[in-house]
Amino acid sequence: MEKPYGLLAELTYACPLQCAYCSNPLELDAYRDELSTEDWQRVFAEAAELGVLQLHLSGGEPLQRHDIVELVQCATDLGLYTNLITSGLGLSTRRAEQLLAAGLDHIQLSIQADEAALNDQIAGTTSFERKQVAAQLVKQLGWPLTLNVVLHRQNIDRIGGILDMAVAMDADRVELANTQYAGWAGHNRDELLPTRDQLERAEAVVRAARERLGDTMEIIYVIPDYYSKYPKPCMDGWASRQFTVVPNGEALPCPAAHELGRALDLPPANVREHSLEWIWESAPLFQQYRGDAWMPDPCRSCDRKEIDFGGCRCQAFALTGDAARTDPVCHLSPDHGIVEDAVAAANDPLRPQESSLTPRSKLIRTKKRTTASTRGMSATTLVQFSETILKGRQ
Amino acid sequence: MRLTKAMELTDEDARPRLAPHVRLTYSAARKEYALLSPETIWVINATGAAIVELCDAQRTIAEISAELRDRYDQVAESDVRSFVANLVTKHGMEVNHGKALRTAR
Repeated sequence: MEKPYGLLAELTYACPLQCAYCSNPLELDAYRDELSTEDWQRVFAEAAELGVLQLHLSGGEPLQRHDIVELVQCATDLGLYTNLITSGLGLSTRRAEQLLAAGLDHIQLSIQADEAALNDQIAGTTSFERKQVAAQLVKQLGWPLTLNVVLHRQNIDRIGGILDMAVAMDADRVELANTQYAGWAGHNRDELLPTRDQLERAEAVVRAARERLGDTMEIIYVIPDYYSKYPKPCMDGWASRQFTVVPNGEALPCPAAHELGRALDLPPANVREHSLEWIWESAPLFQQYRGDAWMPDPCRSCDRKEIDFGGCRCQAFALTGDAARTDPVCHLSPDHGIVEDAVAAANDPLRPQESSLTPRSKLIRTKKRTTASTRGMSATTLVQFSETILKGRQ
Repeated sequence: MRLTKAMELTDEDARPRLAPHVRLTYSAARKEYALLSPETIWVINATGAAIVELCDAQRTIAEISAELRDRYDQVAESDVRSFVANLVTKHGMEVNHGKALRTAR
């Protein structure tokens, strides 16, 4: 069994934004009982011992945790590469300087659009100007700047303006990833899924920008898997290289596995009760889809099973109710009609223009040293590091 | 600093360094070297780590190769060049052309 390389720590589901594309679970209230500072420090130490090299600090909004500087310092002391995935709200100059001093390696700043009105509409809160300020701060302090923009039907036509904004911000990297339909984004899928025309136009803009900008800015562009022939290699295989710990201490092999774990009625793998080593090596939830013994056909006999690992278990579960089926995104899946129907609906010229997105609900932190009121949505949809996390294979 | 594409690495004055978001580490738990970045991890061997340690935007590929030859029996300059070129293509390294600079890292 390989040791994990990456840990995604979802520190809190509290967030000042309410983006409808959030990948956090619908039942945010179930995650209010957050791990303490000491719990997380122990988790980080166990992760490092287990072989983890890369720590993603996310949420919700991780800056809602008042111990964020302490947590970064702990991870730095353990030699972990630390990546803060933030909306930028709560990144004051003082906080940023403290994070820099604590050794924070990298910041991924989410932004919803290239102009204030649309940005604030998508985020559900006035945040555009503060994000601009946060971007400047990141550069001023000498961090490389990665801009995250989750793309969807409502903002993908702005991709040219978004790229111009990234250049103006002097971003080093920009991630333009279409939404993965988990959590709130799953609930809002039909309003988020772009049309084929939108995607073609966006791809042309990205191609032109790459040519124009050369290597001065790295552009990462990810299409919605609903439009691809084969599924994504979700997490590079279940419990293969990385895992997630959510605010209440549950460990998940995929950041979207909250409901799947409960539906299988497997004993929870919670860091409050078990060591990470036990969870990684022995927890039934982690064993469940590890390797390929669980695979049905067409995956079992497919020569791509080592490439995409059958796709995303959580997407199979969300769409079919059975996590052990082939990801319906795959054109070979017997359930592919579900995806085709959604794509057809997205491209229906007669569909109403009016959108009815459900904003992510607000979650107020009630535990400990709580600030004023804060709430939620997040940049987490982009944490699909399974797309790009690579070992040796460049 | 001017950045470059990998194919331009034939430039005699090319002086590589890690990209600002990339960090070299040795993991005691894994007993391996790795280059860490926000989404990507490159596991590299000890020779690769030795190359990376010499990539400081001051040394040319030829100078790096010469230094490595003092330490290892077989170091082909073409291997060093392709190792660096590969990382430049993947945005893991940047290349400074021209004279050695005092860089701000």
